[in-house]
Amino acid sequence: MTVAEPVPGTVKLVLEGVWKSFGPRDVLMQVDLAVDAHEVVCLIGASGSGKSTLLRCANLLEPIDDGRILLDGEDISEPGLDENAIRRRIGIVFQAYNLFPHRSVLANVTLGPRRALRVGRAAAEERAEALLARFGLADKRDAYPDQLSGGQQQRVAIVRALAMDPEIMLLDEITSALDPELVGEVLDVVAELKASGMTMLIATHEMGFAREIADRICFLDAGRILEQGPPDQLLGHPRHERTRRFLDRVVDSRRSIDTPPTEP
Amino acid sequence: MTDDIDAALEPEPEVPEVALPERPEGPTRRQLAERAERRRAVLIALFSTVVVFAALMVLVVSAPGWPDVRRSFFSWHHFSESLPDVLPAFWINVKVFVTAEAFILVLALLLALARSSRAPVLFPLRILSTVYVDVLRGIPVLLVLFLLGFGVPALRLDGVPRDPVFWATVALVLSYSAYVSEVYRAGIDSVHESQRAAARSLGLTSAQAMRFVVLPQAVRRVVPPLLNDFIALQKETALVGVLGPIEAARQAQIYSSREFNFTSYVAAALIFLAFTIPLTRLTDWLLSRQRTRISGGRLA
Repeated sequence: MTVAEPVPGTVKLVLEGVWKSFGPRDVLMQVDLAVDAHEVVCLIGASGSGKSTLLRCANLLEPIDDGRILLDGEDISEPGLDENAIRRRIGIVFQAYNLFPHRSVLANVTLGPRRALRVGRAAAEERAEALLARFGLADKRDAYPDQLSGGQQQRVAIVRALAMDPEIMLLDEITSALDPELVGEVLDVVAELKASGMTMLIATHEMGFAREIADRICFLDAGRILEQGPPDQLLGHPRHERTRRFLDRVVDSRRSIDTPPTEP
Repeated sequence: MTDDIDAALEPEPEVPEVALPERPEGPTRRQLAERAERRRAVLIALFSTVVVFAALMVLVVSAPGWPDVRRSFFSWHHFSESLPDVLPAFWINVKVFVTAEAFILVLALLLALARSSRAPVLFPLRILSTVYVDVLRGIPVLLVLFLLGFGVPALRLDGVPRDPVFWATVALVLSYSAYVSEVYRAGIDSVHESQRAAARSLGLTSAQAMRFVVLPQAVRRVVPPLLNDFIALQKETALVGVLGPIEAARQAQIYSSREFNFTSYVAAALIFLAFTIPLTRLTDWLLSRQRTRISGGRLA
């Protein structure tokens, strides 16, 4: 296992020997991972391999049991730090959107800036509207989440995280809950974020998307990063048997959806 | 994956115009049958209602004691005589109800927040509110009323009010806050953990997450059960009479023992109903609206 050697001054997020368990179950076992500034890293792996937990730990939503998490070289996992101040610098988007159902789109987006960053109402709304317009949601500003399609809700959730001006975005299987025809519009948003230079750590099941957008792909297996590398290498020529088997399974399941199995 | 989607979204080759099938004119045979079925259901319901109520009426009216009961409970003379006494007395019930309700809403919310708090500093508050809720839910309202209404004034402390209406209101506030705080708490617990996580991920403190994300959703969900408790409270204001103040039920009792006729109780009952039935209908309406909204997804 090799960890990409971070170039001094440009590394954004580092996980060092992170260990996380839920009761007797070890979900992350000594995970080492470094994400450079402006880099896009995709996490792939079977359900339960620890992708979501890794992201939740990186955002301090879950306390880690051992190891360190560094943001810009500063240990943010040190007990006693102001977690709220750290979370404001890290955006996260969830699989189930988690929009606030009782608030309009605009109120969803402005809540963080207004309450956590103490931005004035006018300024927060102006910025929210600009972000909504950028992602084709300008006409939805007064809508409520239940009036939006899944794809629109997820785009609002991305905008809500972006409104905090995060230094890094964590995306947790953000297309898994979507109808297939809505996946594209959400992935387009992620592609645009990459173009704008956003640092991202993405857990995903979309192999085609990961190949397209990732600078590096990490394969998580049973709580460990088994291997990582450039997309073409990892998806095309995986070094590990387990990676190969995982990729075969994913490809097989896709094929069985696309074309019905033929009678033997 | 994206390749597939892009391919699917690409403009398709020109498709020859297909004529839309024509909509059948007028009601179809199936729609007519459906309509007849519905009309039949209404008729059956109407018929069975009339039969059941007529039977009940005959049963009551033909009972050997009916003439006496009619005289002592449903006398028009005594009704019109007692109503002018009972109706003004109902003002006390309304005053107690409205005042108590306002305080209950606030006190119960504070209790619920204290019980839901996770901050270690607030731990004693959590214990206190738990004990409070356990104790006051376990004591009959009537006993709380006696304890406060007769006990506290008997202390003869300077500056402590001795007005029984005041103490009756306090007793109702204390008892009902315990119930209502549990309603609030159920609402708070019903908001999914992921909402809190989403709020915290934006850098909101846990107090801010409670105030701006969890509580607004929780309160919306518990409005119907809250109204339910207030309908109960509205009736319990009749207990105030045991401390002496002459509210509607007590006034009815006075009239009945003076005139040897129970019609005044019926008058009091009708006044209470005139107040609670609109509240009940409002609750039902809110509940049904909430059900449709939940299935619509907003509050789910």
